[in-house]
Amino acid sequence: MRFESPATSKEAVALLASEKGHAYILAGGTDLLVRMKMDLIEPDLIVDIKGIPAMQSINASSTGSRIGAAVSGAELGEHNKLKKLWPGVVEATNLIGSDQIQGRCTMVGNLCNASPAADAVPALIAAGAKAVIVGKNKRRTVAVEKIITGPGQTSLARDEVIEAITLPKRAPRSGDAYLRFIPRTEMDIAVVSAGINLTISRGIVTSARVALGAVAATPLLVPGAARAIIGTKLDDGALDKLAAACSRACKPIDDKRGTIEYRTRVAGVLARRAAKIAYQRAGGA
Amino acid sequence: MAHDYSYTKQKFKVIGTRPERPDGIDKVTGRAKYGADATAPGQLVGLILRSPHAHAIIKKIDTSKAEKLPGVKAVLTCADLPDLTGGNRDLQNILENCMARGRALYDGHAVAAVAAVDAQTAKKALKLIKVQYKALPHVTDVDEAILPGAPIIHDWVFTRGIDPAPTEPSNISQRTQFGHGDVEAGFAKADVIIEKTWKTEQTHQGYIEPHACLASVGPDGSGELWVTTQGHFTFRNVCSSLLGMDVAKLKVTASEIGGGFGGKTHVWMEPVALALSRKANRPVKVVMSREEVFRASGPTSSTSVDVKIGAKKNGVITAASAELRYQGGAFPGIWAMLGAMTSFACYDLKNVKTVGYDILCNRPKVTAYRAPSAPMAAFGVESTMDMLAAEIGMNPLEFRLKNAAKQGTRASYGPVYGPIGIKPTLNAVKNHPHMRARLGKNQGRGMACGFWFNFGGQTCVDLNVGIDGTVSLTVGTIDVGGSRAAISLIAAEELGIPYEQVKTNVADTASLGYNDMTEGSRGTFSTGMATIFAARNAIEVLRERAAKMWDIPVDAVVWENGEARATGKKHGNLPRLTIKQIAAKAGNTGGPIAGHNEVVADNAGVSFASHICDVEVDPETGATRVIRYTVVQDAGKAIHPDYVEGQFQGGAAQGIGWALNEEYIYGDDGRLQNPGFLDYRIPVCSDLPFIDTEILEIPNPNHPYGVRGVGETSIVPPLAAIGNAISNAVGVRMDHVPMSPPRILKALDDATSS
Amino acid sequence: MSAVLVSTTVNGDTVEFACPQDETLLDALRNRVGLTGVKEGCGTGDCGACSITLNGRLVCSCLVLGVEASGNSIETVEGMADGNKLHPLQEKFIEHAALQCGICTPGFLVAAKALLERKPNPTVEEIRYALAGNLCRCTGYDKIVRAVQAAAKEMRKKK
Repeated sequence: MRFESPATSKEAVALLASEKGHAYILAGGTDLLVRMKMDLIEPDLIVDIKGIPAMQSINASSTGSRIGAAVSGAELGEHNKLKKLWPGVVEATNLIGSDQIQGRCTMVGNLCNASPAADAVPALIAAGAKAVIVGKNKRRTVAVEKIITGPGQTSLARDEVIEAITLPKRAPRSGDAYLRFIPRTEMDIAVVSAGINLTISRGIVTSARVALGAVAATPLLVPGAARAIIGTKLDDGALDKLAAACSRACKPIDDKRGTIEYRTRVAGVLARRAAKIAYQRAGGA
Repeated sequence: MAHDYSYTKQKFKVIGTRPERPDGIDKVTGRAKYGADATAPGQLVGLILRSPHAHAIIKKIDTSKAEKLPGVKAVLTCADLPDLTGGNRDLQNILENCMARGRALYDGHAVAAVAAVDAQTAKKALKLIKVQYKALPHVTDVDEAILPGAPIIHDWVFTRGIDPAPTEPSNISQRTQFGHGDVEAGFAKADVIIEKTWKTEQTHQGYIEPHACLASVGPDGSGELWVTTQGHFTFRNVCSSLLGMDVAKLKVTASEIGGGFGGKTHVWMEPVALALSRKANRPVKVVMSREEVFRASGPTSSTSVDVKIGAKKNGVITAASAELRYQGGAFPGIWAMLGAMTSFACYDLKNVKTVGYDILCNRPKVTAYRAPSAPMAAFGVESTMDMLAAEIGMNPLEFRLKNAAKQGTRASYGPVYGPIGIKPTLNAVKNHPHMRARLGKNQGRGMACGFWFNFGGQTCVDLNVGIDGTVSLTVGTIDVGGSRAAISLIAAEELGIPYEQVKTNVADTASLGYNDMTEGSRGTFSTGMATIFAARNAIEVLRERAAKMWDIPVDAVVWENGEARATGKKHGNLPRLTIKQIAAKAGNTGGPIAGHNEVVADNAGVSFASHICDVEVDPETGATRVIRYTVVQDAGKAIHPDYVEGQFQGGAAQGIGWALNEEYIYGDDGRLQNPGFLDYRIPVCSDLPFIDTEILEIPNPNHPYGVRGVGETSIVPPLAAIGNAISNAVGVRMDHVPMSPPRILKALDDATSS
Repeated sequence: MSAVLVSTTVNGDTVEFACPQDETLLDALRNRVGLTGVKEGCGTGDCGACSITLNGRLVCSCLVLGVEASGNSIETVEGMADGNKLHPLQEKFIEHAALQCGICTPGFLVAAKALLERKPNPTVEEIRYALAGNLCRCTGYDKIVRAVQAAAKEMRKKK
């Protein structure tokens, strides 16, 4: 196995493109090294992206934000401006693993690992985040919900690297939130999760995005759930409709972490709770 | 020399204080050496290949490619471990568990092993071993294993304990029965009877240190083993039997142990490491991965238990019975028997009967886990007790008090109790401020009792007085949680010297006589007892030496406060001789000063606990949080209260994990789906509240200081205490452990819809 | 499998070791640098026994490659004491009997030190969540949390 530490995204792409064997990108390594330990993969090449300046920075502004692919969860959590603009996105990422994991894990790594239960992803989808992708010949920008295509599968080509995540312009009176259910208080993978981003005007929800995790083969954007609360003051009736729409959208499986019945039911519970938090953050009562 | 075991009511000087432990600095600086921390010249890395099948015939193992890989020094299969057990079935089972013999009996069963120059080469070699399996039908559920048509695990297992002896093999390895009186007549007198079936899933001890050892065997049949273990003498005996070595030629040194809780009472890969070393003629280090620990080392049983208790309206229990089915993995065990013995041990019952069925499954060989088998039985019994109390309209604490065992009670498992602590723990609970604390919405309080036998066993110690009068104590029981501090305290107390002048070390198997393992809460109890007797022997020697130095008769010398004092009119004015002064002259007065003791420390003194637990349940998600927890337990005498509290807290925390989240999850393919700390969910720091403790001291009459074992009982009550608390919080009775969020939410739904 | 030479700083000292490129920093520290105070409990980031700081950041060394240490600065439990003076956390862990078997202790100490450097006066809840990545099976965490509280108090006094 070969370890490379390129200085630019272009170099990273070139290394991936020229490798004939199994090549993997290393950011935080909190998934990659586990898969190596469990003998699930045997890399021929590991490309460490942490030395690439374009991937190391955070720019946060109400007109749009950009988070480099190598930024750790801990760094994200220490960025007060970003936290203020996108508390749901930051708290979702900060929920991944322990403080030790936070010292290494990245939002983009969480996305590219492509787990249906990835914590950062529903929050990013709800936020309308986009991935900036660098390829051999071109750059492209793709909505986050288009990246994961199935468990462990992404729409990225083998010689493509996500350089950063962008978050859109933040309208006044907006708020986002992410909640997940885990059996313990820490250290678990989400059994089911919900991310909500909304904007209000005079107490009425004017726009919203709702995303769910661990209820299907990929994290889901649920437009029907957003429709259930748009135009409402998030009264109990609207919340009931939101919960019902979320539960309806679930196509979960029974596994060691939860049952179909449980996930379907609790998806609605979490969406309802997350909506209330987002609403409050947006300045709603 | 005969020693007096009896409790002396002496006033203590250092017993009951809380000095710092002797191994503290090593353990906070990273210097302490655990199982994986040793190295030897020329050492190889050993790895084990394990079955991916729950049950399969091993048709062929082709090791030729692995053997040819450069850097591979030995490849091992069961052919390298011939059966030298002389037909001893228990040893044969251990041998077969260490390495499959023609058949893989569970997912994770070892089938081959390699030793190579480094981990990378060993890993590569494992992949080059080709095993041909023929999958067989499997069974992993305790109740399904005894259904007609279930795959039979062993054709040589015929249920013992049934008359006439069965002629067909069965997955029930033995039936055991305990009790007295006439339960049918007792139930006929009851005003109310509750009868219910309870299930618990399989849990693992979950010690943070994986099994690890460093084995070195030469062509002359001599060897050494460095290993993390709860009992290096037992490991020596078992390994030498399996490998055909002389007991005296295998020296086993126990490393510091990174947790055991029963799981390190049993050999797993240690005989394989020795065999690899013998074959390669090089030291071999084998360290299990976490996945191997879960798949192939000692979990406890999953169980299914029927409990029936009947009582009069006035709260007197008229009869109690239980049928207990315990799954012991792929080899016969005694786990249901222990469950059947402990079920009703807390109560004074006229009519009681328990029947245990030990059952085989395609799961790893079960081994002891802290008060083995008692928590599952207590879950059923203590939950039923609460249901019955509710039915007759009595406070569950008063109901327990009314029926609690006392001195003179004939225990359901046979013996008649001496002075015991069940009523005092219940009264302490009754008076505890925790019982009066206010509860909020969706919160509930529960309590439950627990029992454990405790064990004494074979023990010996050497006590040597150094030339400066300090004392070196050599013991043979592993220190799993601070026992070296406790045992040093005992030596200091008996000799009348400061704690700081005693240092306790754990000897290797070549340096001390045989000691049973640190199990059954026996470490401080039995080694403490042997230490008292060894110290008394040393005091005899010290008196003789003082007499010699003074040139007076030894009868005129008494030992007081660490000094010899001459008595009587004639000698009373002689200046006292300190232990230091006597030790300094030892060379001239008869040589080194020492005390020894070999003892079978019987009558360990049974132990009882009562726990109080508050939970809060989220009715929308089924999530349960323990918000307050109190342990009340009888310690007999707390030698070092910090470590007694630590045992109470640790046991309770393990019980809480078991109650709420921990479980082995097997797929339909018979493979373990969660062999890691990610999905085998032991409690993390943020899951738990502070765990309050109250130590009661009802002296054990059969120990000079009144000590009882304290290590295990605290894992017994939590399952039922939490179940009872959940019932009181949200009105559903959970009959299946772990009481995980999906199970609780389902129970809440079922309750709403019915 | 070509090994590479890694030059790094461990507990303030310059250290060089050669390791295969897919070897974890945990294995390199234990087997090549001789720092066996760094423990492996799981190898998958779930138990925290291998906690170290990498450029001041708390991480699981089992989830870092040895080659990544190159040019960086590592602190382990072996570097906590100041000469023969134990770190207040080390003192309080002994004093409060916050360890039974002690296998998790190095990881807890490193994690608690990282916490107190960031947050000198943490609440009980903050301590519990900050240490949630460190598993202890012996103590039920009670005495560990109390030891961290006591050390925090001691360290605030000294400042």
